[in-house]
Formats: sequence, C-alpha cells, structure tokens
Amino acid sequence: MADFILLMISAILVNNILLARFLGNCPFVGVSRSMDTATGMGLAVIFVLTLAGMITWLVHNYLLIPLNIEYLRTIAFILVIATLVQFVEMVVQKTAPALYEALGIYLPLITTNCAVLGVAIINIEDGYDLITSIFFSFASAVGFALALVLMAGIRERFALVNIPKSFEGTAIGLVTAGLIALAFSGFAGLV
Amino acid sequence: MLAGMLAIGGIGIVAALLLGVSSKIFYVEVDPVIQEIAETLPGANCGACGFAGCSSCAKAIAKGKAKPDACLSGGPDVTLAIAGILGVSIEVKEPDTARLGCWYNLEEADTKFTYDGVKDCRAAAMLFDGSKVCEIGCLTLGTCVNACPFGALSIGDSGLPVVNKNLCTGCGTCEQICPKGIITLTSETRRIQHIYTTDECTSPCQRTCPAGIDIPEYIHQIKIGNYRQAVKTIRESNPMPLTCGRVCPHPCEEICRLGIEEDPVNINHLKRFVADIEMNANDRIIPYKAAETGKTIAIVGGGPAGLSAAYYLARLGHCPTIFEAMPKLGGMLRYGIPEYRLPKATLDWEIEGILAMGVSVKTNTAMGKDFTLQSLKDDGFDAVFLGTGAWDSRGLGVEGEDLKGVLPGTHFLIDRGLDKETPVGERVAVVGGGNTAIDAARTCWRLGAKEVTVLYRRSRKEMPANDIEIEEAGKEGVLFHYLAAPTKLMGENGKLTQLEYIEMELGEPDESGRRRPIPKKGSEKVIKVDNIIAAIGQFPVTDFLKDNGVTTTKWNTIEVVNEQTGQTNIEGVFAGGDSVTGASIAVAAIGAGRKAARSIHRFLSGEEVTLPDNSITPDSKLPAVEELTAITHSSRVKMPELSVDDRAMNFTEVELGLSQEMAADEAARCLRCGLLCYRKEG
Repeated sequence: MADFILLMISAILVNNILLARFLGNCPFVGVSRSMDTATGMGLAVIFVLTLAGMITWLVHNYLLIPLNIEYLRTIAFILVIATLVQFVEMVVQKTAPALYEALGIYLPLITTNCAVLGVAIINIEDGYDLITSIFFSFASAVGFALALVLMAGIRERFALVNIPKSFEGTAIGLVTAGLIALAFSGFAGLV
Repeated sequence: MLAGMLAIGGIGIVAALLLGVSSKIFYVEVDPVIQEIAETLPGANCGACGFAGCSSCAKAIAKGKAKPDACLSGGPDVTLAIAGILGVSIEVKEPDTARLGCWYNLEEADTKFTYDGVKDCRAAAMLFDGSKVCEIGCLTLGTCVNACPFGALSIGDSGLPVVNKNLCTGCGTCEQICPKGIITLTSETRRIQHIYTTDECTSPCQRTCPAGIDIPEYIHQIKIGNYRQAVKTIRESNPMPLTCGRVCPHPCEEICRLGIEEDPVNINHLKRFVADIEMNANDRIIPYKAAETGKTIAIVGGGPAGLSAAYYLARLGHCPTIFEAMPKLGGMLRYGIPEYRLPKATLDWEIEGILAMGVSVKTNTAMGKDFTLQSLKDDGFDAVFLGTGAWDSRGLGVEGEDLKGVLPGTHFLIDRGLDKETPVGERVAVVGGGNTAIDAARTCWRLGAKEVTVLYRRSRKEMPANDIEIEEAGKEGVLFHYLAAPTKLMGENGKLTQLEYIEMELGEPDESGRRRPIPKKGSEKVIKVDNIIAAIGQFPVTDFLKDNGVTTTKWNTIEVVNEQTGQTNIEGVFAGGDSVTGASIAVAAIGAGRKAARSIHRFLSGEEVTLPDNSITPDSKLPAVEELTAITHSSRVKMPELSVDDRAMNFTEVELGLSQEMAADEAARCLRCGLLCYRKEG
C-alpha cells in the first residue's frame, strides 16, 4: 500500500508526465485557456489513460508476448488508444454535449497525445504488473490534469494584466509552462 | 509474421465491433446541415479560418457565427457550395491580393542622404527620423515569403518579394507579419478609395496629382506594353484620361524629378496615348463593379466633379443619378473648352463609359427651379453630392459695357458649347490672362477674326494660362498686350467700335502673391475693336445653394469641413470641385469627386467620414531629392501638332497624339521614383 502511495506521489508530483517528462504539451497549451475546458479535458484524459494503460498492458502481456510479436507494440498500442478515444468521444458527445463542443478538436487529438502512448510504454518498460500499471496510469493522468488545471487558473488571469504584444497567446503560455515546470522540479528527491 | 498480422487484425476487428456497437448505443442526432458543411470543407484542419478544426468551423457556419467564406484554403468553390447548402445567395466579393509597396531593394536604395546644412544629429533625427535610407523600404529578408501559408510569395530577381496572384487567397498573413507594413492587401475597391499617407512609398508626381493617379505604375505598364492595364490603373483614380490627357495643365510634370536635370517626363501625353488606344479600338475596359447596395445618391451637376463622383459610386455598387441644368453633360469641359482642344465626340465617348457603369441622368433639370435638397430627400435619395462648378463671370466694370459687341467670356464659350452661332467681327479684344481668355482668343481666330488681341493687366510671367496654350495662340497670330487694362468702351449707334486701355506697372505683391498692377497715369491708348470678350474670372453661383441651407464661405464658395472629405454643414450632403475651391482645373474637380465618393460610401456604410491616419497634407514632411546622380540623358518627345495653316478656320483637334514608338521612348525615360529612390543607370 505504501508503495502505491509513493508511486502515485511520484507520478503526480515528482515525475509529472507533463511538467517533468514534457509529454502531452499540445492539449496543455491548447485547452488550458479556461477552467471548464481544462477540467473537462483532464477528466477525459484520466478516463482514457487509465483504460488505455490497463488494456495495453493486457494486450502486451496476453497477446504480443505469447505470439512473440513485441515489435508490433507501437502499432497495437496506437490501435487500442485510438479506439478508446473514439469511444470516449462518442460517450462525451452523448452525455455532455457542451463539454464536447468546448473541447472541439482537442478531444480526438488525445489519440496522438504522446502522454497516453508514453505512459503505456513506461508501464511496459518499467515492468509494472497489472494493478501497478493501472495505478500508475491513473496517477499520471491525475498529474496531467493537475498541471492542466494549474495552467488554466493562471491563464484565465492573463486577460486581466498587460502582456507585451509579442508575447500574447501561446508565447506567454509556454513561458508560464516552463516556470511551472521549474517550480515542480523542486519536488525532485521527494520520493 | 503471420501471427503479427493476425494479432493486429484481431485487435482491429475487436475495436471495430466495439465502436460499431457503442455508436448505436451512444447515438447523437447531428444536424445534417452541419454534417453536409463539414463534408464540403477540405478537412485539413489548417486553422486559417480561426477555428479549431474543420468541424468547429462547420458548426460555426451552420449557427451563423461565421460567414460561408470563412474557409480560406477552400477558395470560392467551397464558399459557393456552402452557400448552396445554407440556401443563401452569394455576392462574390472582389478578392483581395497582396501587393508590395516598394520597388527598390537594399542595394538600389539611395544610401546617400543630404541633410541640407543640418550639422547636429539631434536636428537630423528630427528631420525624417534621421534615416540614412528611406524609412519605408522593404528589407528583402523574406519573412513574408516564409509566413505565407499558401506559398504564394517568393523572392524575385530584383531581390524583392513577388506575389503569385493565382495562389494568393488574400488571407492577410503577410500583411500582419511585415514589420513595416510594406506588403498589404489590395483590391480595385480599396484602390479607388485610396488616399495617400506618409506611411507608404509615393513619388512626387502621384502626390501632386489632385486625383492621386499612380503615375509611375501606369508609365511602367506602358513601358512593358501592357496598355490596357495602364488604362485600368489610371481609371482607378481618374475616370477621364481622354479629357485630362488633352486639357490638363499637368502639375505632375512641374514636380517630376527628372525635371531637375532634364525635361520632365511627358506624363500627360502618355496618359492620352493609352486612353486613345482604348477609344480608337472602341473596346471599353469594364472595371470591377461591386454588388448592388440599393443606395441612391443625387449628384447635382454633371461636370468633371459630378461625373467622377458618380463613376466611383457606381463602381462601389450604389445608384447615382446626375441632375444637370444644361442640355448635355460635361460641365465646363463641354461648355468652356473649345473643340480644337477637346473634341466633343471624344468627350461624349468618355462620358458614355462613365454612364455605362450604372449612372442615371436627368438633364435640363436645375436645382432651385426643378428640385431642392428637401425634395431630393423626400424622393428617397440617401446622399447628395454638389458639383455645381463656377459658371458666373464678372463684367469689366467700365463705361460702355452695355454696347453691342461686348461678350462675357463664359457666355461666348457656353454658346459655342450649345452649338449656337457666335459671329465675331474683324478685330476682337480679349481681356484676361487665364485659359478661358486664350480659349476665347483662339476660337475667335478660327471664326475668322483678322486681329485678335489679348489684354492682360500683369506681365507674361504672372499669366495663369497654360504655357503651351499661350505659345500656340502666339503661333496662330494672336497678339498679346501685357500690362494693359481697359478703361472705357466707346461705340457708335450702340455698337462697340473702340476700346481705351491704360498701361500698368507692377507694384507690391497682393494676397495671392502676385505683384499688384498699378495704372500709369496718362498712358491711355485707344484701339479699334468690333468685339470685346471679358474673361477675367469665374465664380461659383451659390444663391440657390444658400436657399437650400448650404453654408458658404466669404469667397462665396461652398463651405466644407475638409476638402479631402467634402462634407458640408448638412449631414449626407457633400461637395467638391470649383464650387468649393473656386475656379480651378478639371483634374482637381475629378479628384474631389473621387474623394467625395469615398466619403459618401463610408457615410452610407455607417462608418465615420474621416481621412486615414497620416494622410498627406500640404504640411506633410516628406523626403525630397535635390540632385540626380547616374541617370542617362534623354530628350522629351514632342507632341505632334497640326500646322498653323491646317488649323485656320476650322476646329480640328490641334494635338495629334503620340505614336507607339514615341510613347515607348518617353515611358522609358521615367525614373520610377519612390520616396527617395529612382532608377539609376548601370
């Protein structure tokens, strides 16, 4: 149990998938303009990542390894992730149409989000078992959501201050991301 | 291998099943319109429309938040398809293209800049911001080329960016990214409303032209043989090149930079050359006409100001109607300028072209008698332009003016314009020094007068008439008495027989800057005359305007807020031309008409009638070139003319027009000036 807690703290704070490993920048900059879309995106990613982590682990260990086709890992994982994202899209469109509108193109872009594939591969590379994989995936996604919410909170306030014209938009977003990453690096050595 | 394929295939099938089932469970009703629009869009998700992806754009279009032309990559085909789906009709707007506003690269730009005796850097910095090279010049490093999302820009041979008109979609990315605003979006609609600013590269000639014609551009087009494009360029600022090419006193040539070393470029005759080609081929160039706006404008006065205003308003899609008091259109062009300078057939051809853009006409209809400003408003006109000109003339103010044979200058020429009989005796005296006086004198010579004398109270230097007119009158045998003014008219049996005049000498300058003539006491002389024509000035008639509530200035001209906008004291009523400035030249009226059309268009579109920031005024500080270096020497071509013998007793056009060779030679002389740059040899 303590291991799981340590793992989760590591995944959320110390090795934050976004701020420490720099995976998943695209929706980070693109969706973090308002808090509502950021939380929505964060939840969607949690759902997709957890499921993806679980299913890809299963596919890897019960399909790829027995058949000796580990080299097809990337293709197989992408297939799984794409299907999951499509599925999530359908669910969101049905259950929360407003969120679906707000996320727009960024929802299907979770497919190509390197955070999802990255976590799936880290699960395999670091040799986690199924339960650990699920926890790790969940925690990474929570870390992603945390970074996203932090960013959204800051960016919402950008509208109220004087930003030099050449920095407006993505530029100041990336500068801020760098500063938050710097702050998070203070967690190094925590675990 | 096989296992791999089967495994991946297996995952694929499971995925497909899952998605198929869930799409039935989680079925969402999607608006078929949005679906159709999304299918029409290219699906590239390029983001040029400003939306995150094609599906968002489709939704926005369906909801009405974006216009059907939002997709920039799709082009007009996609726009029309989407319009079809939405069931709206599309008025295709004139497409914008990018245009570079600088013609010389860094090497060619003049790096020599003389500061005219300034010896302190701070003072030099106050003059033109201390640039050593023109402030406005293109830096030729190609940022716009890299930024263009459609690859429509490339660096040309001259080192400057070149626009590929087929690929340019008018998205405006280059305009936003250029740090100096040199590459901008342009279209005919924008150019016909253009007023020059100090932020763009202009040459002295185009700034001096009261109509603002892009002179270096049309001369360049003549040089490369693209005559029709040259006519189009001219008509973006002046709808009457046939007329102006014959009668304009060309202030542009006075300021032509080539004139510093050589004779100035024969700008005006080149204009006439290309306009004549269009007329002789009888193949009118029809410019772009914007979609109908349904707005009606009443144009009071069918002279150059009114015709110009009507032309540009029609091009912008409005419906102008000209109300003209005389039987035919043309104003002073028809009723003031004689046939040998501007044949009526030529003027008619030009006016027909203007009317063909969609202008209605009501002749023999005078303001004050047949309609008033109020009646125009009641008839539903959305705006009014007053271009009533300056038709009033003054008498000489001497004894004997009521004798028979005394002809007021304007009436004489107006009667000629009305094709009335205007017999003159053997000896005619014309009083005055302007073009009207010379026109009257040369007309009398053609009507058979044996001795035509022009009396002017100042000297030749102060005479306001065009030099060429004075020269030609001299060739035709007209005598000039300078420093002479009439004092008494004497006659027998009520008919004029003699004129007494007094000699003058020049004293101190008056308000106009010209030296005041002072009569020399006791120097009266008497000459025999049969007719005397007084052409000593023309003034606007404004009584009927004042009755309608229009305010006038102390010189009895219409008062406007700014000559470049033409706004009068009444909202929706604009004015321009001689009625505002006092008697002036045709091209000034034409320019005023175009600028008033711009103001009226802005007024009707609900925008403020203001001038662009930094528009050029007489006080604007612009770099000047005092010396020319490294130019080849060439002589100006001379306009071929009818010999004096061939001119006698007829009104055939005197100037014959340049030949193609002469035009090519003359166009090659133009230095294609920028603010500071000009074409150097070698």
